[in-house]
Amino acid sequence: MIDETDTTDAFGLVKKIDGNTWELSDDYKPGMRVPGRIFVSENLMHGLDRKTLDQVANVATLPGIQKYSMAMPDAHLGYGFPIGGVAAFDKEEGVISPGGVGFDINCGVRLIRTNLREEDVRPRMKELMSKIFSEIPSGVGSKSRIRASDSELDDAFIYGSRWAVEAGYGVEGDIEHCEGSGHIEGADPAQVSDKARKRGKPQFGTLGSGNHFLEIQYVDKIYDHDIASTFGLEEGQVTIMIHCGSRGAGHQICTDHLRVLSQAVKKYGIDLPDKQLACAPAQSNEAQNYFKAMACGANYAWANRQVITHWTREVFEDFFRKDMDDLGMDLVYDVAHNVAKLEEHRIDGKKKEVYVHRKGATRAFPPGHHDVPSAYRAVGQPVLIPGSMGTASYVLHGTEAAMDISFGSACHGAGRVMSRSHAKHEFFGEDIMKSLEEQGITVKATHPSVIAEEAPGVYKSSSEVVDVVHNVGIAKKVARVLPIGVAKG
Amino acid sequence: MPVPIPDKGYEYFEHTADAKFRAYGMTLEEAFQNAAVAMLNVMIDTSNISNEVSEKIELTSEDLDGLAVDWLSELLYLFEVERVVFGKFKIDNITEHDGDYSLSAIAYGELLDLSQHKFDTEVKAVTYNELKVEETTDGWVVQVVVDT
Repeated sequence: MIDETDTTDAFGLVKKIDGNTWELSDDYKPGMRVPGRIFVSENLMHGLDRKTLDQVANVATLPGIQKYSMAMPDAHLGYGFPIGGVAAFDKEEGVISPGGVGFDINCGVRLIRTNLREEDVRPRMKELMSKIFSEIPSGVGSKSRIRASDSELDDAFIYGSRWAVEAGYGVEGDIEHCEGSGHIEGADPAQVSDKARKRGKPQFGTLGSGNHFLEIQYVDKIYDHDIASTFGLEEGQVTIMIHCGSRGAGHQICTDHLRVLSQAVKKYGIDLPDKQLACAPAQSNEAQNYFKAMACGANYAWANRQVITHWTREVFEDFFRKDMDDLGMDLVYDVAHNVAKLEEHRIDGKKKEVYVHRKGATRAFPPGHHDVPSAYRAVGQPVLIPGSMGTASYVLHGTEAAMDISFGSACHGAGRVMSRSHAKHEFFGEDIMKSLEEQGITVKATHPSVIAEEAPGVYKSSSEVVDVVHNVGIAKKVARVLPIGVAKG
Repeated sequence: MPVPIPDKGYEYFEHTADAKFRAYGMTLEEAFQNAAVAMLNVMIDTSNISNEVSEKIELTSEDLDGLAVDWLSELLYLFEVERVVFGKFKIDNITEHDGDYSLSAIAYGELLDLSQHKFDTEVKAVTYNELKVEETTDGWVVQVVVDT
């Protein structure tokens, strides 16, 4: 293993704007069209790899970028965009880039509430987690119990959550409680290759592997009682969090279109500092075809999380001998954190349509926004920020400030600081499992090494990251949830 | 890149979120073969994978970078859809014709058996980030970052 980490302290390369906001000057790298904006605490800035700053600068060179190339507090090295990267591009003069979305299109998180109390569930966690783990396929190579037909796959690509609910995997209320009602308009399955279809068909309702998980949690702290109650959350209550994406379908869609766009770059004469930022003018056929396929991938992911939700409810119904209504198992919300969307934002005092790319970043829309479900419109969108395995996750709410500061975006998680291979040398899965058990957390995984590579020590502290989001004001803390059971691929 | 070639033909680099490797070969074909072994070993120890199944792979791409991405992406696709865990690769040749590059290869492995195969990190996809296919004084080098 060769370590090329650039140990230059990022601190000296940026200008402090205020306690948690830093500017990367537009002369940091040739070709930057706008400066970079990085939202981190002083402590997090010291830990930032210089290459992550380079990636922020690379994004700033793309045509039509608006205001700033941004990095959220959980930023770390990615490919193309940094993870935690947010950028908006003019609808006409800008570009669309799969490098600003990633391979796991609409990787995202959802939170389900219950009427159960922590003390009802904790004594039976081992049994419950075994049931979850056997009913919800996870891990490399796992397959779904569903064999989708071609027309069902098309419907999932076009309608997302709605397809899953109409096929019997959920209830009507689930649709409204998803970002964008669980789908992106304009999806066209004709732009999805046979290969992507073949990968997607057997994978509905599968978690996948890596950092994806299904967690049983309880609400241990409320920061804002009024808003928590609007979201249906109270202290001591059991919640379920699901983190996964579009599986092989999304990976293949990105692979296929990246290929096309890497050639389009030459055709349109776009100079790129990183080939993974391959892109095309937003209104070109190449970019629009990618967008139509990406929407299919995003919709697939919402359908995927919906199917997993349904099976989770079935496990709970069977286990607690009550139906989902008696258990109060409503979907609180579902957010996408790898996606590009056409949105309206106010830029230099004027309303403008832009393609907002969020790569490892969560949308965080304010009170009153028409895209926030009616039940939450008075308080803003629920913003779900999962912690690493065994650590706290947070529920926040969107703010008007985020619309001015970050194109209505916040961070998406804790943010990795250590590579998977390094983690496997540093930690033993069995030790991590034992220490989590000691903290009262039941872990089920295909085998111990997947636990080692996701050990809590390989991530930044989720509370530190969330505090920056809260203090910058791009989302405000509502509740903290702690895990009691984790299923990992 | 005056780097001594490691015995196994590839080496890994530290990368926070993903996996980065450099594969070497006296010939371009050998470097591509070693890149495949390097990628598969991110997922699973390939040393015990048998040759019971084989897949013929033929690809054409607009440039060498694209060919490297297509080659490795094809292996990920076949792993998922044909459910074959590959361990060995034989690239017959990589040829250039009118600026396009073609590859003809056979990948060997065994059928996926979740009760037998213990996977580490899933490789989701092959990126263009820091991608390099270069001829050096010692042969060829293929550098790849894969999304995990």
